Amino acid sequence: MSTATLETAPADPPAPRRRSGLLHAAWRHGRTKAGVIIVGLVVVVAIAGPFLSPYSPTEPVGPPNSTGVEESLFGTDGIGRDVFSRFLHGGYTLIGIAVLAALGGVAAGAVIGIVAGYLRGWLDEFLMRTNDMVLAFPQLVLALLVMSIIGPQVWLIVLLIGGSHASRVARVAREATLKVIEQDFIKSAEAIGLPRWRIMATEILPNISSPLLVELGLRITYSVGLIATLSFLGMGLQPPTADWGLMINENRVAVTVQPWAVALPVGAVALLTIGANLITDGLSRASIGIDRGVEE
Amino acid sequence: MSNQQPANSGNNEHTALEVDGLTVVGRPSDVEIISGITLRVRRGEILGLVGESGSGKTTLGLSLLAHCKRATEITAGAISLSGTPLLGRTENEVRQMRGRSVAYIPQSPASALNPALRLRTQLSEALHAGPAPGNGTAGDTPRVLDRVREVLREVALPDDDAFLKRYPHQLSGGQQQRVAIAMAFIGYPDLIVLDEPTTGLDVTTQAHVLQTIRRMTRDYGTAGVYISHDMAVVADLADDIAVMYQGDVVERGAANDVLAAPQHPYTARLLRAVPLLKTGGHAEPEEEPGDALLRVRGLQANYGSAPVLQNIDIDVRRGQCVALLGESGSGKTTLSRSVVGLHHRFTGEVLFDGEALAPSSYRRTAEQRRRVQYIFQNPYEALNPRKRVRDLILAPYIHLAGQPTDPDAVVHEALERAALPAAYAERFPEQLSGGERQRVSIARAIATKPDLLICDEITSALDVSVQAEIVQLLRNLQDDGMALLFVTHNIALVSNIAQKVAVLNKGEIVEYGHVGTVMSDPRHSYTRALIADTPDFELSFSESPLHRTIQAPPVKAAPRAE
Repeated sequence: MSTATLETAPADPPAPRRRSGLLHAAWRHGRTKAGVIIVGLVVVVAIAGPFLSPYSPTEPVGPPNSTGVEESLFGTDGIGRDVFSRFLHGGYTLIGIAVLAALGGVAAGAVIGIVAGYLRGWLDEFLMRTNDMVLAFPQLVLALLVMSIIGPQVWLIVLLIGGSHASRVARVAREATLKVIEQDFIKSAEAIGLPRWRIMATEILPNISSPLLVELGLRITYSVGLIATLSFLGMGLQPPTADWGLMINENRVAVTVQPWAVALPVGAVALLTIGANLITDGLSRASIGIDRGVEE
Repeated sequence: MSNQQPANSGNNEHTALEVDGLTVVGRPSDVEIISGITLRVRRGEILGLVGESGSGKTTLGLSLLAHCKRATEITAGAISLSGTPLLGRTENEVRQMRGRSVAYIPQSPASALNPALRLRTQLSEALHAGPAPGNGTAGDTPRVLDRVREVLREVALPDDDAFLKRYPHQLSGGQQQRVAIAMAFIGYPDLIVLDEPTTGLDVTTQAHVLQTIRRMTRDYGTAGVYISHDMAVVADLADDIAVMYQGDVVERGAANDVLAAPQHPYTARLLRAVPLLKTGGHAEPEEEPGDALLRVRGLQANYGSAPVLQNIDIDVRRGQCVALLGESGSGKTTLSRSVVGLHHRFTGEVLFDGEALAPSSYRRTAEQRRRVQYIFQNPYEALNPRKRVRDLILAPYIHLAGQPTDPDAVVHEALERAALPAAYAERFPEQLSGGERQRVSIARAIATKPDLLICDEITSALDVSVQAEIVQLLRNLQDDGMALLFVTHNIALVSNIAQKVAVLNKGEIVEYGHVGTVMSDPRHSYTRALIADTPDFELSFSESPLHRTIQAPPVKAAPRAE
């Protein structure tokens, strides 16, 4: 029911309430709240961690692989560094790279998708078929291939992960664009001769923001997993940097004597992924209108 | 099976449907969508349920099948079909009753028929739902098939095997709707609920479908509830009329009484809003001297290789309204889009104020684009939902006419001319009703002070009462000297707004002339059929404002009428 229908008109009636936005609607789902709390916890640890850590993440503080070291909460790792300090230092690079890669990937994918979906023709074919070729290459294998040629660099990680996201986001953005451009307000803009790039930027982009937001959440989750995997495989961040993926790799052989050095980063990455997934799930539910009741 | 017609079909006094104090509320806000509805329909009669969008008529229609839309719930009241209560039964029992005791014909037959099933499967499925009392076994295929053929004959469709093998997409819209009707009647229901079943059909098809519905309900002794926003259709069809407004039945009575002497002011307003087919009494205007503002000669347009328009000649003068009348597929939208530069594949001469217009809007000068503006059919899709009304109006203005010295003045003037309060500038489209959205579309188009306004079916997505206000608004614009190219399928509307009319049929203009001449003396058989099939009724209680050329505008008094 339209919100404007039910009052009879006083001279200047109050505007009916807008339907609540995507974020607001998503917040009403319990899963979104749970996700935000979980992700918030991990992010706080990652950001505040370096300031709270009792020791340097790279200096040895005791004998290697021991759990009962004085003044150390979770003991030491393979070369005697404080596990807790390394854990507190190891998050922000991971999260930073993940967010950067996801943002870049979603932005590039949105541009490709909108251009392909709106301009159509041979450009659409070219972009989407190229996209299909990129998609056919497994994300991780591609990253490993390029990294083994150029060498592990932080900017390269961002670029590769962002790039592999872009091709996936482009498909979603193109589909969303096709739905939007069927509507008459696009034709209206064409009829007055609004330049194509402005139609794409001001008429189409704001109307596909919901699926893009969902994609962003999803891509952050994937990035976290990918970066952690790359680090674990030795192609991500390099020692002696403190990094969760790297920590897992360094300490997996000693997991029976020093479980904390693996359990802490694994737990953090798992929580981050689950939490981000819950948020994304809430967003996508809100954007397709599951559980929306009758309001007014 | 045919001997199993309802035993009391001869007894038309028997009540088929009784609704008592029915209330449906929406969750979680507990808004009453319909409140305390009481209705009664006898066998063989049709109750017309009239109201605007949002009045709760579809909610009521669905609750007659004990079905509720998402997040709604029947909280009070009783429904009984031929004395059997419908509410308070288990899901299974209700399912048994649907199709046998009560059936539903939806608005869009295309979405109601399963596109993957042949008609034979589709129609016999309606009978297979379970054995009706005394109807023998459900799996009795030859008898089921006999019944399918019988009911197809009754709705005037072929009953041969070739037809039964068809899929829904191989049928026309009218045929699909008749299949839906056949499907509803196949189980001899006591009650049939029809939710605007002719909205998507052109008038000739609509006339056939309405006839079929009328005849079937009489023959079967089935009670019908016909939901519609169009008084003219209901007036032709219904025995009783119930008028719904904001979830309440505000008036109920025999159709003739309601039409002749409406008791409730809302009913009177609805009746006055119906554009009546005016076949006489048009002033014969003098042919104005001077050149036409828009001159189309020998226009030919294609979609791919298929020609959709041929040999189109049209003139529109300043201050004149020329109607393009045609049914879906006649090419009228293609023609209007060619003029505005949205359809590029056409040949022929399109002159605007003496200068040729390029096929694509992007090749035209900003001045040409400013002077020809277009209003779209569907107000729900024509406004960018992410922009405020103010930006919706200003953006085209700035693009075509440059940065104004006082942007607020531009917005306010446009809104005022479209009969909207200035405060609406800060709203988003979703805070507006359909009629208000269409006014914003009009405001956006007239903000740039165009000379020619192309209106593509701009009222067809709106309720009749809102349509009347929009038409009034267009008239005022025309009085200010604006030329209109008014595209429509509604001949009654044409007779009330246009000075000249071009009747389009299958891509060609079959009749072109002054409205008075065409309406009173149609030359072409197609035009005659259109006039004959348009539902119409005599407005006896007062004069329709749409009939008069000059009148006090009711528009500003009720800007939120929808």
